[in-house]
Amino acid sequence: MDRGPGTASGGSFISISENEQRCYSGLSTLCQADSSGKLAASKVGELFRASQLPAETLHQITDVCGAKRLGYFGSGQFYVALKLLAAAQAGLPVSLESIKEELPLPRFADMKDDRDPRYPSRSQSSDTPSHQSAAASESVPRAPMDRGAVRHQGSISERKEPWSPPPSPCRSPPDSPLSYHSYAYSTPRNGADAHLGQTPGVSVWAQDTSSPLHYGAKPPMEHTSSRHSAERPVDHGIVDYPDDPWRITPEQREYYTNQFRSVQPDLGALILGSVARNFFTKSKLPIPELSHIWELSDMDRDGALTLAEFCTAFHLIVARKNGYPLPESLPPSLLPSFAEKDAAPPKLVSEDMFFETSGAPQQTDLVLAERTEPLISFEEPDPGPSLQEKSESEHKALLSEMITPKQDLAEELPQSAFSPKRAPVTTDQEKPPERFHRAPEQDPPHEPEPHVRSRARPRSYSSTSIEEAMKKAEQPPTPPPRPQKSHSRASSLDLNRLFQQGTHGLKSGYLPHPPALPPRPTATQIPHVPPSTEQSSQKAVRQPDFADFDRFREEPPQEMGLLQPPQKPLRRKYHPESQARDPAQTFGSPAHPPGGNRPPQKLSSGQKKDVQLAIRKNKETNAVLMRLNSELQQQLKAVHQERIHLENQLEILRPAAM
Amino acid sequence: MAVCIAVVAKENYPLYIRSVPSENELKFHYTVHTSLDVVEEKVSAVGKVLVDQRELYLGLLYPTEDYKVYGYVTNSKVKFVIVVESSNTSLRDNEIRSMFRKLHNSFTDVMCNPFYNPGDLIQSKAFDSVVSSMMVQAC
Repeated sequence: MDRGPGTASGGSFISISENEQRCYSGLSTLCQADSSGKLAASKVGELFRASQLPAETLHQITDVCGAKRLGYFGSGQFYVALKLLAAAQAGLPVSLESIKEELPLPRFADMKDDRDPRYPSRSQSSDTPSHQSAAASESVPRAPMDRGAVRHQGSISERKEPWSPPPSPCRSPPDSPLSYHSYAYSTPRNGADAHLGQTPGVSVWAQDTSSPLHYGAKPPMEHTSSRHSAERPVDHGIVDYPDDPWRITPEQREYYTNQFRSVQPDLGALILGSVARNFFTKSKLPIPELSHIWELSDMDRDGALTLAEFCTAFHLIVARKNGYPLPESLPPSLLPSFAEKDAAPPKLVSEDMFFETSGAPQQTDLVLAERTEPLISFEEPDPGPSLQEKSESEHKALLSEMITPKQDLAEELPQSAFSPKRAPVTTDQEKPPERFHRAPEQDPPHEPEPHVRSRARPRSYSSTSIEEAMKKAEQPPTPPPRPQKSHSRASSLDLNRLFQQGTHGLKSGYLPHPPALPPRPTATQIPHVPPSTEQSSQKAVRQPDFADFDRFREEPPQEMGLLQPPQKPLRRKYHPESQARDPAQTFGSPAHPPGGNRPPQKLSSGQKKDVQLAIRKNKETNAVLMRLNSELQQQLKAVHQERIHLENQLEILRPAAM
Repeated sequence: MAVCIAVVAKENYPLYIRSVPSENELKFHYTVHTSLDVVEEKVSAVGKVLVDQRELYLGLLYPTEDYKVYGYVTNSKVKFVIVVESSNTSLRDNEIRSMFRKLHNSFTDVMCNPFYNPGDLIQSKAFDSVVSSMMVQAC
């Protein structure tokens, strides 16, 4: 099947041995010859690069074989080029003359070609397991061992784990990641050959092949590999140049989606960390590797996997099982840039994980508010007067319901120096539960919350010190009760606010109000944002933040002006509002304190503080009312006196009149 | 820029410790160990008041001639200790705080990894890289 005419680029007839014929035809299939016989230039380019000849040699080859002239690689050109590659690798000059002789096959990175002893520079340590190529810089990729050697990317050297899917040297494993060797050729081997588990691993892999199969990651692999294996029956080592080893093909994605469905029927929901752990442990990869894979794939750091993250993780596991080294960072093609629907209610039982991280189920809006600086949360109340009313009514409605979730929260959020934030946090914490109860259709909006929550989680820590500093700054100018109030939880916040309306004489303007309010409005607004912006988990996480900031940015000037003096202006602002609300709320408020007072009896110290605050406020309210009472009494007495006086006068005058 | 960074578990055994290799590492290990006492003291002092008020950042634990030791405790009683050189006067309190914040963040990420069992040594690369970025660049 010597394609003579095609080969006669230089007018001469180049003979091709059978071996070469086979090799070349395999290679050309590799290069995806299309119907007209042209070969994909990119593939050819990769192939040439794999031969590790200098670029200028490659150019020469391209010229000589006639592809340059023609503008494409026909099969003939390709064959000539391959022969030229062989020649160049043998050290012969690139010309048609040199290829007239019998030449060894061209060697490509990762190609296992044991028919060619004659390979000078390239072949030295070929089959000595590559882990000895501590002379890292020269990447002498040799076929099967390569796979193992390739791994180094330095990263895994730190992990001393045994490499469970070591290279399978001479076998072409059914799921041939040989196709993935292309990944290897470009990566020079650093001496990071701590993975000396290779040799013993080889046998392990033999057994492992069945298990990966069982694990089921193979079908897509088999599909791709068999395509190539068929073409090169003898030469297993021929490099395959897929587009990108890290890209998930559609059939792979479908497979992963099915697997996801087997774990979690709802594709939009999350797989919990523990569930995912059990699932991925079945792959028999060592735990540190799985840990690393998790780190790479859980992009929003919420301890759970969305469909996209799951696919990424699965793909990494599959690649790893096929012998690919784990990347240090997520390859671009695995980034969740594809649109995955993310709308599902957070099945985060992994709340416990949050709690372990020092009780930071920080709520979206809250943390968003505090992302740049915690003071933003205080800004928010400004547009809030109307919202305040609304939220007040919500408050009252929620008060009774809040008691139970509050207690849970109290137990779950043990200590926190984030107390200023926690007040709003708990407020929000309660609101979502309420929403869940009342409006199940609102679930999708909450789904982003865990993402944002997790993403926002770091921010909470970052604000801690600022919060503390702020609190301390406030202490001098403000009356003593304030700092404790800032620790108070939502319930007491509500009570505080309600009480404050009753105590209009108070100038202290309890700070907790500002934090309490912003979450509510933002919480309502946030649901609008995520559905439109939810794309990838990462973006989804970011965008609500940004959306919120836009809102904040809209009212910066006034807010900032308010913020500078520590809370005093805000206090004054609340002042009139509280006064306005006084008459209406005064009678309403006393009703609530009793309700609020009863539950706290058995609660923790935080709640006790709240209770004490509530009690104090009650007392103040009482004092005011009593004062009022006494004044009115006096007025009544005065009026009474006058009446008596007038009656007397009347009596005196009546006889006179009569 | 720290000279040594350590993460100590609640039970006071180290989960992660990394120092600038050029110096005597044993010295730093010892320093971290002794600083645990100071941490305990600071924690218990505030603890009499409500725990809520205890701040996570403990500040300068104690200075020696050569270096200063800063501490930070999380709510789950995991302690971070940073040792910096005394000669490094440019390092301000805020910077130390931000270093602790970053540490805490990446520690949380490690915790979230379902394959990480609390109490294990921390082997996460991400955590390593965060720590490396904070260490004095060893020459």
